[in-house]
Amino acid sequence: MMRFKGHLAHKFAESPVLRLRLPAWRSRLMALLILGCFGVLLGRSFYLQILNNDFLQEKGDSRYRRDLEVSASRGRIADRNGDVLAISTPMKSVWAIPADARLTPQQTRQLAQLLEVDDKEMARKLASDKNFVYLHRQIPPEVAEKVAALKLPGIGQNKEYRRFYPTGEMTAHIVGFTGVDDKGLEGIELAYQGQLLGRAGSRSVIKDRRGQIVEDVGSIKPPQDGKDIRLALDSKIQYLAYSQLKQAVLDNKAKAGGAIVIDAKTGEILALANWPTYNPNNREHLSGAQLRNRAVTDTFEPGSTLKPFTAALALEKGKFRFDSVIDCAPGRLTIGTATISDAHPHGALTVAQVIQKSSNVGVAKIAATFAPQEMWEMFDAVGFGQIPRLGFPGEVGGRLRPWKSWRPIEQATMSYGHGISVSLMQLVHAYTVFARDGDLLPLTLTRADGAPPIGAPVFSSQTAREVRAMLEMAVQNGGTAPKAQIPGYRVAGKTGTAYKLESGQYVKKYVASFVGFAPASDPRLIVAVMIDEPGGASHYGGDVGGPVFAGVMGGALRTLGIPPDAPLRLEASTLGVQVAQTPAVKEKL
Amino acid sequence: MIRLNMLLLLAVVICALGVVTSQHKARKLFQDLEAEQDRAKQLDVEFGQLQLELSTWATPPRIEKIARDKLKMRTPEAGKVISATAATGLSAGGLAP
Repeated sequence: MMRFKGHLAHKFAESPVLRLRLPAWRSRLMALLILGCFGVLLGRSFYLQILNNDFLQEKGDSRYRRDLEVSASRGRIADRNGDVLAISTPMKSVWAIPADARLTPQQTRQLAQLLEVDDKEMARKLASDKNFVYLHRQIPPEVAEKVAALKLPGIGQNKEYRRFYPTGEMTAHIVGFTGVDDKGLEGIELAYQGQLLGRAGSRSVIKDRRGQIVEDVGSIKPPQDGKDIRLALDSKIQYLAYSQLKQAVLDNKAKAGGAIVIDAKTGEILALANWPTYNPNNREHLSGAQLRNRAVTDTFEPGSTLKPFTAALALEKGKFRFDSVIDCAPGRLTIGTATISDAHPHGALTVAQVIQKSSNVGVAKIAATFAPQEMWEMFDAVGFGQIPRLGFPGEVGGRLRPWKSWRPIEQATMSYGHGISVSLMQLVHAYTVFARDGDLLPLTLTRADGAPPIGAPVFSSQTAREVRAMLEMAVQNGGTAPKAQIPGYRVAGKTGTAYKLESGQYVKKYVASFVGFAPASDPRLIVAVMIDEPGGASHYGGDVGGPVFAGVMGGALRTLGIPPDAPLRLEASTLGVQVAQTPAVKEKL
Repeated sequence: MIRLNMLLLLAVVICALGVVTSQHKARKLFQDLEAEQDRAKQLDVEFGQLQLELSTWATPPRIEKIARDKLKMRTPEAGKVISATAATGLSAGGLAP
């Protein structure tokens, strides 16, 4: 095509160029060169389009595409009625890149004022040689807007969530708290971290010159908000437990205390309070003692609150009956070299009276008829020595030594709750066997919906009924805890007053406790109270723990609308004036 | 032949304009959607803050304080409480207000 043959030339216009006879190699060279150029172009395009495609595509995208992170919020924690106990709300954190932040002293002062930090502190932060410093974390959005309006160079903001706990110290131990980076550090916040935590999503978009999103490109990963947790807790009952416990600890000049309320029908934990406590919204100057969730993480020797278990085993094995008589005189019993004594000496008592009067000697005599293995198996079956596995951080299982190493005196002391240690949670859990018909119900922190759970049978329903009757006697006049009575309701419960162990020695310090349930005709609630080192006029479980129990239980029964199951004989005699008024009230209704 | 070509050219131009307008509309709508989604998020945040405020006002200690100090309420003694049975509970509840 490009070759011009000489003999054709004359057909065209006369051209001196065409008249020249050029060597053929020149045109071939030309063609080759052009071909070579095409080759280079082809190679280049191969290099760009095939070999380097990904890299270049990315570079191109970065010119107009933006990857945005879509933040997800942490789940809420609510009580059983939906009242919020913990909620996250977005806040802003202000940061600076010190190298870029060249502020005039006046600007620095202005910024410090807005952020409510010290001038000098601010100047020090801005002068630091770090690449990045937070000036103030988690400030309200309104303040953040004012800071942004200053348009300071090298100062930026990012969005962060802050956790709020409206119920504050009342629910501090059960709810726990999170750190600044949304990580659960205590309580439910830690136990349910996996469910509460949201997963941030992402999307890539095209933004126009004005920074507005024009369209989505590529795949969108939607953010996953954390799951809301609905606890079994009832705020009203929690408040009762908390306020009554606090009052009791302060009144009795005690060191600490704990209280738990559970629903005997469902195993739900309705309240869990500890004293001392802390405010999770402001955690400055926090001490270990305040942080301790004693009801779950501390074990103590429960004392007499374990006696009903010994009595139940005796009834269950058929060795004793409800009214079998045991000689408890003279209030002392020597086993080996050690002597057990009663606080008040008793004569002959029935099994029921042993529990009612809380006689150590009587219970030890009953326990002496058991093989150690039998007793160990019973303690094991009601959950002593085992970690409750509620999911709480720091749960403990207490101490229940293997039966093979028990000596007779140890078996005797264990029958009334010494030489064995449990947490308050374990104790209240174990009492479900008496509040129910002999089965041990698993406990739950979260609200239980659906069919009521079935527990593992430990005692027969006959035994449970009889022990219930004994526990009712303990609260009546003549028992150890008349202060635990609640007008209008039949109450059953057991006191415990135990010496504390300090470095292996019993010292003259006490742990007063009370565990009970009501209404005794068909138990609905179980309340356990523990007061550590009461230093007031009395250190007995009945005097210290009993009133707390009555206050919490009475209020909780009323809150839940559980009908009274006892005739108001007591009130009829003592409150005659008011009874006389009742017909008038009736007419008004 | 020329006529067909002209017709096709016209069709192409119309289609092209159509693409341009629909793209423009799509972007407008997309921005509206964005704005609404932002508003939804904003409202969600506000809802959370209001919920927080609600539960702060409604904490049991505060309610008890107001009930006791301001409204002079107190717990009735057990002797003053009449419990209605389930059968009459309904009618009593209806009459109460």
